[in-house]
Amino acid sequence: MLLIRCPWCGPRDEMEFRCGGEAHILRPADPEALADAEWADYLFMRKNPKGAHRERWLHALGCRRWFNVLRSTVSHEILAVYRMGEREPEA
Amino acid sequence: MKRYSIFALLRNAISRHQDWTPLWRDPDPKPRYRVVIVGGGGHGLATAYYLAKEHGITDVAVLEKGWLGGGNTGRNTTVIRSNYLWDESAALYEHSLKLWEGLSADLNYNLMLSQRGVLSLAHTLHEVREGVRRANANRLNGIDAEWLTPEKVKAFCPVLNTSPEVRYPILGATLQRRGGVARHDAVAWGFARAADARGIDIIQNCEVTGIRREGGRVVGVETSRGYIGADKVAIVAAGHSSVLAAMAGVRLPIESHPLQALVSEPVKPVLNCVVMSSTVHVYVSQSDKGELVLGAGIDGFNSYAQRGSFHVIEGQMAALVELFPIFSRMRMMRSWGGIVDVCPDASPIIGKLPVEGLYLNGGWGTGGFKATPGSGWVFAYTIAKDEPHPLNAPFQLDRFTTGALIDEHGAAGVAH
Repeated sequence: MLLIRCPWCGPRDEMEFRCGGEAHILRPADPEALADAEWADYLFMRKNPKGAHRERWLHALGCRRWFNVLRSTVSHEILAVYRMGEREPEA
Repeated sequence: MKRYSIFALLRNAISRHQDWTPLWRDPDPKPRYRVVIVGGGGHGLATAYYLAKEHGITDVAVLEKGWLGGGNTGRNTTVIRSNYLWDESAALYEHSLKLWEGLSADLNYNLMLSQRGVLSLAHTLHEVREGVRRANANRLNGIDAEWLTPEKVKAFCPVLNTSPEVRYPILGATLQRRGGVARHDAVAWGFARAADARGIDIIQNCEVTGIRREGGRVVGVETSRGYIGADKVAIVAAGHSSVLAAMAGVRLPIESHPLQALVSEPVKPVLNCVVMSSTVHVYVSQSDKGELVLGAGIDGFNSYAQRGSFHVIEGQMAALVELFPIFSRMRMMRSWGGIVDVCPDASPIIGKLPVEGLYLNGGWGTGGFKATPGSGWVFAYTIAKDEPHPLNAPFQLDRFTTGALIDEHGAAGVAH
């Protein structure tokens, strides 16, 4: 079980949170101009790295705010927590 | 290969069982193979076996980073069924189930297939409608499926709590009588023994660390035991599909999650079928040893750690006790996790990748075990002919570009 430090509420139990998957996927600025393959890449393709992973979490049973987490997918260790719009920390 | 039979058993009994030979050789890798299969689980070994048996290709190596069947093949809850909704999936999983039915004889290895019936419970009106729809769709596809009312559910599986007083009462269930369980380790060992007997090299403790390409096509793999050349490389690595595809610069629509299972202390026979419930979320059967074998849901986050969070098991145990109050004082003995490769439409990817000579069989997510022989069969065809068989043609990577997804979240049975 993870202990996640919400940027607004402090350290809380994993059960209060929901994982929202890979972070920093930008919605294409001009979807009409995209080829099918580019649209598929945006919608479906994921990095799924073995190691440091930047992901979004929602404090669903707390402040209900989204934020970013840098977490190892091997050890589950949380390497950094940062707010939406903040600079990404180095992996 | 020395065939197993009653006479072999008698002969070896006389020599006090000292003369049984190992099931497969332990060869050093050759410098080059026609086909290298990355991943020595059930699907990879089945692919190797059917390459030899159906297509006469025996210049094949199966590379396994750990030991055979040590990944999801040895970690799943051994449920076998084919009651999927869409025509494409129904054809693929039913092909697999038909192979299961003759597989012990084909491999000369007892897989302990037990077709005891798989009961999928419905607890809401929506699930009742979906269950009836799925049973009807199955029958149109020639798959045995029945819809049971709560009274018939109680008659088929008496230990279930069918009281209307619980939070999620049982409103009915689909039943596939030909579904059941098989011995998962035996599947890996049986395929390995039969593939080895046809000359295929099974190489354990050999981790692939890179995929070498020249001019846009695959020429071999870097491994922890040196470079191995190959005309064709087939990735059958379940949770590590994305990691291996990335070595060749290919992005996949797959995310890896932990899926947990656990077993109870052994008790006398009490549960006569497989019971699955998507709403309260548990699936359970009883092994031949008497242990209850239970499966939980996946953890929401990505992981390669082969372990999940405790609260997932807690929620799954609550579901078990609601469905089976009789199990409330049973003790759980062991729990473990496997890493499942989940696709957005809960259907696998079996086919060619956009690098020449590179193939992928992955994305089976939470339900690959039941498909082991069929998956290997169609994948062997795809590798041998360099084009998909009609059975796996709909399961190509390009469906995420064309939009022809095969949404089997309802039939997949594990919440994700």
